[in-house]
Amino acid sequence: MVLRLLSKQGTSTPEFRLAIIAIVVFLAMAALSPDRFLSSQNIISMAFQFPEFAILALAMTITMMTGGIDLSVVGVANLTAVISALILVNFAGADATGAVALLWLFAALGVAVCVGALAGLFNGILVARLGLPPILATLGSGLVFTGIAVAMTGGSAVMGFPDVVAWIGNAQLLLVPVPLVIFVLLAAALHVILTKTSFGLKATMYGANPLAALFAAIDINKLLIRVYVISGVLSSVAGMVVMSRANSAKADYGSSYLLLAVLIAVLGGVNPYGGYGRVMGVVLAVLSMQFLSSGLNMLQVSNFARELIWGALLIFVMVVNTTDWSRFGKARSGH
Amino acid sequence: MNRLSLKNLATRNETLVAVVIVAFCLLATFSDPLFLSVTTLTDLMRASVVIGILAVAAMMVLISGGIDVSFTAIAVFAMYSTTVLTLAVMPDMPWYFIFAISIGIGACLGAINGFFVVICRLPTLIVTLGTLSVFRGFLLTFIGSQRISALPPEMRGFSRMMIARGTTEAGSFYAIPWAVAALVIVVLLTLFILHKTMLGRSIFAIGGSLESARRIGINVRGAQFFVYCYVGALAGLAGIIHGAMGRMADPFSLVGLELSVIAAVVLGGARLIGGYGTLTGTLLGVSLIVLVENSLIVVGIPSTWQFVTIGLLILLGTGLPAWQAKRAAAKSA
Repeated sequence: MVLRLLSKQGTSTPEFRLAIIAIVVFLAMAALSPDRFLSSQNIISMAFQFPEFAILALAMTITMMTGGIDLSVVGVANLTAVISALILVNFAGADATGAVALLWLFAALGVAVCVGALAGLFNGILVARLGLPPILATLGSGLVFTGIAVAMTGGSAVMGFPDVVAWIGNAQLLLVPVPLVIFVLLAAALHVILTKTSFGLKATMYGANPLAALFAAIDINKLLIRVYVISGVLSSVAGMVVMSRANSAKADYGSSYLLLAVLIAVLGGVNPYGGYGRVMGVVLAVLSMQFLSSGLNMLQVSNFARELIWGALLIFVMVVNTTDWSRFGKARSGH
Repeated sequence: MNRLSLKNLATRNETLVAVVIVAFCLLATFSDPLFLSVTTLTDLMRASVVIGILAVAAMMVLISGGIDVSFTAIAVFAMYSTTVLTLAVMPDMPWYFIFAISIGIGACLGAINGFFVVICRLPTLIVTLGTLSVFRGFLLTFIGSQRISALPPEMRGFSRMMIARGTTEAGSFYAIPWAVAALVIVVLLTLFILHKTMLGRSIFAIGGSLESARRIGINVRGAQFFVYCYVGALAGLAGIIHGAMGRMADPFSLVGLELSVIAAVVLGGARLIGGYGTLTGTLLGVSLIVLVENSLIVVGIPSTWQFVTIGLLILLGTGLPAWQAKRAAAKSA
């Protein structure tokens, strides 16, 4: 990857520009508050913070590759978190320890991933079989998932987990935070799926030109359903990380993560019309956002200004990227 | 021919939404006879003014083939900054000046969206997602993040101006504020622009097919730019009405409403791919969303199920036509 980025062709890719942006942001923040930004404490705390929305951005990436979008990622994450939280609270309880707690944790995780896959299957059927536009299908289903979580909890937070649950979000494996390990594994898996499997190639082809994909005898229904199932599973993993880090589950956690996930995917060079996207780009985008976010935090910039800067960064990167996307000048500007 | 149009009527979104609304009202009246009253009607009318104006704006963008999610941020930005400005410069400003300032600010912010969409040719969803956070972030960082309840007197005065008020025979109070007239004016103006001017025909044409519109000589850029400015202006109006009626300038309000508004428009049959949308449908969609948000409890569904209900309505409202279209395409192939 690094070699490719340095080759002549590589310098014009969005990933190369992103790598520069990430480095510039890192250096700027390091220069502005060197002793605090570069402290090991800050580095570790950053590594704990970004995986949860980074995983959601991965889910967004794979749906955008096919020209779709998944607006239900946060809804799925919260629904799975609420369901596994209810399992943990009702069957294990806060006092459970040792093997019993571990067993229930695995059961809860298993159920969460299954619920995520089912939610993704539901989205996939809406998009593929019924032909709904992905924006509307996932907007509606996202409300349904959030709504089910609200109805199950009455809107209040679920808490009182066994202590092992906190391990997922707060422990370190050989000094590396567990959420980061989970993110790296998922990102690597998604990279392999998108670049090395026929499924990934077909998804990219479908995103680039749906009609050509149809004429190439690709089973589009099956393809889209699998894409949304993967997105649902990734969202459920993000839900587990959020649940563990917050040590509770609530139907309306992280509603700002939806914007953030779209933003990171687009910032990462994923083409929202489909057909192009690199996991590497998304990772670099996540890092830039986190450097920016932590750095601004140290400079005591308010959360509101951070929102302003994120939005401005999104539009800026899009303006820079479109200069290369000459073919979209001809395409319709709406979606 | 007659059968064809009847069938057409039966499969239209407007009909479906109207049937759901009637069914909802029948059920509600059945469980609470007091539901069908002047008071309920005027309450729902009040509740639908702001969301109605925003929905007309959102419909306009959908017809032109784009999507705008930043209009709530524009609305709250225009409302709050107008209030701050009025209080600082001339607190006694007449309400129509205050409204004009807010509409103007809204139109300027809409023009920013228009610039990125028309000149830079960025995808509309991405642009407006970005400007949503930029506008809101700018408002909260540089203009203020405190709620203002001491509004200019003329703004409070506006909220007390009533078209009609009185007490029903059952003894309950009702009132129709002038804000409702604003919604009527917006609907009539939009109706005029969309169906009686070349500009309106161009907007439909662009939504139908951008390339075809360009080739028949339509000023695509001008029309698109107008759409975003118009949406901004309507958002500015909706925002200031929201502030005046709520008697408070709250910089945290409105944002978050955008998906419900788009849901209302889409329920009313406007298509995301552009080129199609009706005001009747949009208003019906708004009525349904407002009904669900305010009166779900009357038909015996706990209000915790509100999200599920709206979500299912969106899926049903968009799924049925999409599925029919897919079946029709499969038949003809």
